[in-house]
Amino acid sequence: MPSLGADMEEGTLIEWSVKPGDRIQRGDIIGVVRSEKADIEVEVYHDGVVDQLLAQPGETLPVGAVLAVIREEGQAPAALVHEAIQPAPPAPAPSAPAPSAPAPMPPATRLRVSPLARRVAQELGVDLGQVQGTGPHGEITKEDVDRAAEALKKAPVEKPAVAPGFRADMRRAIAAAMARSNREIPHYYLETRIDLERALKFLEAENRKRSVSDRLLSVILLIKAVTRALQDVPELNGYWIDDQLQPKEAVHIGFAISLRQGGLVVPAILDAGRKNLDELMQSLRDLITRARAGRLRSSEITDATVTITNLGDLGVETVHGVIYPPQVALIGFGRIIQSPWAENGMLGIRPVVTATLAGDHRATDGHRGAQFLTALNQHLQEPEKL
Amino acid sequence: MTAAQAPSSYREAIRESIREAMRKDDRVFLMGEDVGRYGGCFAVSKGLLEEFGPERIRDTPMSESAFVGAGIGAALGGMRPIVEIMTVNFSLLALDQIMNNAATFLHMSGGQFNVPVVIRMATGGGRQVAAQHSHSLEGWFAHIPGIRVLAPATLEDARGMLGTALEDPDPVLIFEHAGLYNMKGQLPADAGPVDIERARVRRAGSDVTIITYGAMLWKSLDAAQMLAKKGIQAEVIDLRTLRPLDEATFLESVGRTHRALVVDEGWRSGGISAEICARIQEKAFYELDAPVERICGVEVPTPYPKHLEDASFPQVAAIAAAVEAMVPAHG
Amino acid sequence: MSDPEIKNAVFKILRRIAPEANLDQINSEENLREALDIDSFDYLNLMIGLHEELKVEIPESDYRSLGTLGELVRYLAGRLR
Repeated sequence: MPSLGADMEEGTLIEWSVKPGDRIQRGDIIGVVRSEKADIEVEVYHDGVVDQLLAQPGETLPVGAVLAVIREEGQAPAALVHEAIQPAPPAPAPSAPAPSAPAPMPPATRLRVSPLARRVAQELGVDLGQVQGTGPHGEITKEDVDRAAEALKKAPVEKPAVAPGFRADMRRAIAAAMARSNREIPHYYLETRIDLERALKFLEAENRKRSVSDRLLSVILLIKAVTRALQDVPELNGYWIDDQLQPKEAVHIGFAISLRQGGLVVPAILDAGRKNLDELMQSLRDLITRARAGRLRSSEITDATVTITNLGDLGVETVHGVIYPPQVALIGFGRIIQSPWAENGMLGIRPVVTATLAGDHRATDGHRGAQFLTALNQHLQEPEKL
Repeated sequence: MTAAQAPSSYREAIRESIREAMRKDDRVFLMGEDVGRYGGCFAVSKGLLEEFGPERIRDTPMSESAFVGAGIGAALGGMRPIVEIMTVNFSLLALDQIMNNAATFLHMSGGQFNVPVVIRMATGGGRQVAAQHSHSLEGWFAHIPGIRVLAPATLEDARGMLGTALEDPDPVLIFEHAGLYNMKGQLPADAGPVDIERARVRRAGSDVTIITYGAMLWKSLDAAQMLAKKGIQAEVIDLRTLRPLDEATFLESVGRTHRALVVDEGWRSGGISAEICARIQEKAFYELDAPVERICGVEVPTPYPKHLEDASFPQVAAIAAAVEAMVPAHG
Repeated sequence: MSDPEIKNAVFKILRRIAPEANLDQINSEENLREALDIDSFDYLNLMIGLHEELKVEIPESDYRSLGTLGELVRYLAGRLR
């Protein structure tokens, strides 16, 4: 049972699209699994032959459970296993019969990855677990990562549309993640008001040059400025895992998207740090459209390194958000309001937005957070450099 | 524009560099065992006694410690001595002078005394002269702060490094590979001093960086040629200066090729090759697409029989094979 | 193009954006964003849709005066005349 999100604990097998004896190749879809958030097609990462299907459609199994056995071509079929193998079965009652011979779990071996390949994979957002190594001893080299990244670009695996019962499940998923966040993460909050005069002038001039379909929204400038500021203060971009901060080099911005019928998804704009304003706009448009159609990709659901929530379209002035674990920061933006603004001893009216930072105090301190908001402000004062 | 070329050899190029230095500067003189009447044990100084006389081409007793010490003293006194030691194995008798005196005076005198001595010696094997005449110990000397260590591999460097070394206010050791003395080639008529700071890319390539120096440069270049036929483009870097190491050049190259092989005739354990691997690991780790590899001399006293001696040193086929194992199959 | 035709074209686009909304119940002087809970992205999509359907390119500076269905229909009628 694949994990399709940090908060996913179990999934339900909806259907198999292969049967025992079928020859399969890396990248083939072998079935569909329902998580609390969506129905996801399960990809296979090895070439081979389907040996046994252990899970039955309709069965709900914990993440990590073995769903099927694939053998290499030419290898003899394994001893028959009768049921799906749970990753950590509860101790059987003393009187229960001994379970029928479970297939041994393959030893968890560390991937052999060159340092360069590891770096590039992180930059390109490639999951090394899905890369086939072609180095002298099966190592994953940069070339392999490049190839995988290329394949990802060419053949995005789109997920099927929203399933019935989805809303209630989504509510439960949000509940679990947010409850965990408030339970585990000692939040600290900082906020600052940012004068957007220059940024909006720049945007206006930019949009005047553009046809309606190419226009940029002001939130794009905010997102871009956040990625810049995160590059200045990288400690806010990453995860808190195993009691330590694991900053990430690539910036995948989780962007909170509310759904019309209620609920929220936070898919990632992958590699936002490397995208220009136009590319960001394109990504966001694409993401919102697909989020609302329930067609997000698994990497978008799992890979965000930081979250932005923008409630500016509503009347809200200030957002104090809840961090999405294991991330360590969330940036909130309120409405852009015309506000009195004093500068150089003069009072004027400026478009002002309130930016807030919710930080995980285990990972960073207020000092770093303040540096981030300062950097964010500075980047927004130089919109032409964004 | 290139000046007219004239035939020369590694030996003649060094002789010419000594001759030029002696003519240019009265303070320059040459001393060492058999450098005068015999013309030098590798015939480098042949004819110089007749030209410059016994005051400036001085035969010394067989006492490396004494005559290297004398050279250091002369340098302290304002002269520009060139001291020749027959082979690096014998330089160990003078190691105390080189390390405890030449390399330290500047520091221990608080900058009052510098030691502008140049010490030349033959290094390396391949001539069937066995374990007391064949080792490559320049890596040891490259361990010592306070001296500069040079390893000319080409005719240009054989011709040009001495002149620049004599300009250096501090001690410089030049390691001439004994197997290269007979190497023939062309030199521009106006050949002169060369830079002694930077390594050189002797062959450009994109798939792997071979880092080497001295006689191993030529074996590495031959290997690179073999590899090119198989579609593998090896970049070959001649270090030239072993101390201070020009790491910028090889780090830049590894940043492009993402693979490095160090070829060193010297022993592996604790050798200069180990230092180079460490620098790459420290400063270019995230550029590496494969472990840094080494081909070094086998860790034995150099054998006398030819087949065993050949087996104890890096050879072209082994270099090529090592690269092939590092670079994924092309096609 | 008559006003009802324009209104139909606007509804066609709004139905794509807010499929669950009952458009007939919208008061023509009610703010669209509030009535339909549409955000700036939806609004931009409405503008793009109008551009595609009616070939009218609405400059950004006019967005502010186009908050209600009535304003939008009157504006488009003026532009299409």
